[in-house]
Amino acid sequence: MSRILTYREALREGLDEELARDSNVVLMGEEVAQYNGAYKVTEGLWKKWGDKRVVDTPISEAGFIGMGIGASMLGVRPVMELMFWSFHSVAFDQLVSNAACVRYMSGGLCNCPIVVRGPANGGTGVGATHSHIPEGLFAAFPGLKVCVPATPADAKGLIKAAIRDNDPVYVMENTLLYGTTGEVPDPADGDHIVPLGVADLKREGTDVSLIAHGRSVIQALAAAEILQSEHGINAEVLDLRSIRPIDQDAILKTVMKTNKVVLVDESKPFGGVSAMVAMLIQDHAFDYLDAPIKRVCSLDAPAIYSPHIEHEQLPNPRRIVEKVLTIA
Amino acid sequence: MTSAAPIPLDFASSPINQALTPERKVELYSQMVRIRQFESTALKYYQGGKMSGFLHLYIGQEAVAVGTISLGGADDHFITAYRDHGHALAVGMGMNECMAEMFGKQTGCSKGKGGSMHFFAPDKNFWGGHGIVAGQTPLGLGLAYGLKYLGREGCCLCFLGDGAVNQGAFHESLNIASLFGIPVVYVIENNGYSMGTSQKRSSAYNSCLAQRAEAYAIEWDVIDGSNLYEVRAKTHIAMERARKEQKPTVLEIDTYRYYGHSVADSSHKGGYRTPEEIENYKQNHDPISVFKRILIAEGVLTDVMADQIKVAAKNEAAASVKFAEESPAPTIADIGTDVYWETDNNTSASKIGRHFFND
Repeated sequence: MSRILTYREALREGLDEELARDSNVVLMGEEVAQYNGAYKVTEGLWKKWGDKRVVDTPISEAGFIGMGIGASMLGVRPVMELMFWSFHSVAFDQLVSNAACVRYMSGGLCNCPIVVRGPANGGTGVGATHSHIPEGLFAAFPGLKVCVPATPADAKGLIKAAIRDNDPVYVMENTLLYGTTGEVPDPADGDHIVPLGVADLKREGTDVSLIAHGRSVIQALAAAEILQSEHGINAEVLDLRSIRPIDQDAILKTVMKTNKVVLVDESKPFGGVSAMVAMLIQDHAFDYLDAPIKRVCSLDAPAIYSPHIEHEQLPNPRRIVEKVLTIA
Repeated sequence: MTSAAPIPLDFASSPINQALTPERKVELYSQMVRIRQFESTALKYYQGGKMSGFLHLYIGQEAVAVGTISLGGADDHFITAYRDHGHALAVGMGMNECMAEMFGKQTGCSKGKGGSMHFFAPDKNFWGGHGIVAGQTPLGLGLAYGLKYLGREGCCLCFLGDGAVNQGAFHESLNIASLFGIPVVYVIENNGYSMGTSQKRSSAYNSCLAQRAEAYAIEWDVIDGSNLYEVRAKTHIAMERARKEQKPTVLEIDTYRYYGHSVADSSHKGGYRTPEEIENYKQNHDPISVFKRILIAEGVLTDVMADQIKVAAKNEAAASVKFAEESPAPTIADIGTDVYWETDNNTSASKIGRHFFND
């Protein structure tokens, strides 16, 4: 039996289950405990688990993320919230020089089983400093893993997989998805885990493949409905879910099926996730392409504030439909 | 009117030093000599083109690593920055694995993947060897947090240079250490220069750098790093405060490096410091000479023994060079291991999805 949960509740259920499963799992971050989380993802968990397991930190991202990395080397499994992934830049040295490299530089002697999670999205009128979308940036560092859930079920399944993984996993959520709802398997039916590295076909189609992750999946699904009803184009929507490791097989399978592909990616165009996916497609499925690979990314500028125009900077159904019509 | 010289405190008679057996005292002396001989040998082969990258020598600072780390128990942990050879040998790492690491060989402590700045030995509670100034200070905080979380009565000694005190990550760490009651002891090894910039030109302070701890309600102390007994006596107090009271301390240990920031630092003689300054330290404050005089006065060490220790250390270092030279280099296949725990361990998770993107 599945239930309808919000994305936020699904994440919380995943965190709660992992706190129960492993006494070394500890949640930490700004406002995660007594305030119940800036976006209420951790609501109720401090009350249930107490000071040791759910820890409020000062606004010191380099300090507490570095602390979590150090503790993880001793076997603690910190799950650290960035109130916004945009704040990664003040902790960048810890996130990339320490978390990503300590295993390598020690010749495999040190482990870093941490999770860093929080929202990474535009579209909320908070301007450029709070709207960074860094999944491609962090996936570019060998040693790190990155996943981006789009639905409540995937949010729960991926956060649990991330916590159990023995490498550093950065989970990028979305403030615009926290309140969205969807079916999530009942815990009574067994542990719901979504392994890293497995994409999910969110809509079957025959004419063109839309490959996306995060909220862009939702936009692609909406675009697919318009393409079907208004243009008679049957689009397939593949949700990457995991950026690194990435499900290359699923990407190639849908491209080989439809022979046309539009990549939908909230990243900026230069070097974003979709740039890497385009590289994989041309390298491994060149002969299957009936048209150039096209992309719908965020328009190439820092995130604009204006609520009148902000949604036009991001991938949206209109922009996706227009791009599909150039090749399909 | 003449002012009386301050009466030096008798650190030799502090309980933690009284507890040292004559054999242990000679062992600590030997450790310092071994570090110096290892570093001298490394310098020779670095200049001979056998190593790549940087070489940050510990010569002149030996009493800091040996004195502090000699106090470590089963649950005490250590982490430092890039000038890490002294700490590595002090925790018990062998010269072979350290020299081989700098030669970039498979038999190095990090399989030739870390180099001079990145020595590790978790089995000896030594967590590196970190290249970014102050980048290790939150990690040291985390090791100590981990000890507290896991319910172990230990502490973490986190070493940093005097240049690192001006990095934000260190200040964030001090605040959290005090706020959360973390058993970490920050040891500022103050050799007077952050690379080529003197303390006065790089740091704003009242009496000393460690005093900044007062702003975070953290205890602090200043130590003469040329005297191993003083290093041990005062560090012991800080470690006990961490272990028993779960409180951090900031220690500032005054010391000196004879060589440059790294061997690539050519202006350390006659550039930003004078030859007289270097010579004064060697004559009057050299930690090995100071401890040697003390141990000879105590009747624990003789000149003959000291000579034997030096020769043995020199031979050990020479043997480590031979070991390093004869060891195999990493292979191209080795480049791709030790990136992910899951792929190294061939887990089911590692077989799902693409982890690497070579062709």
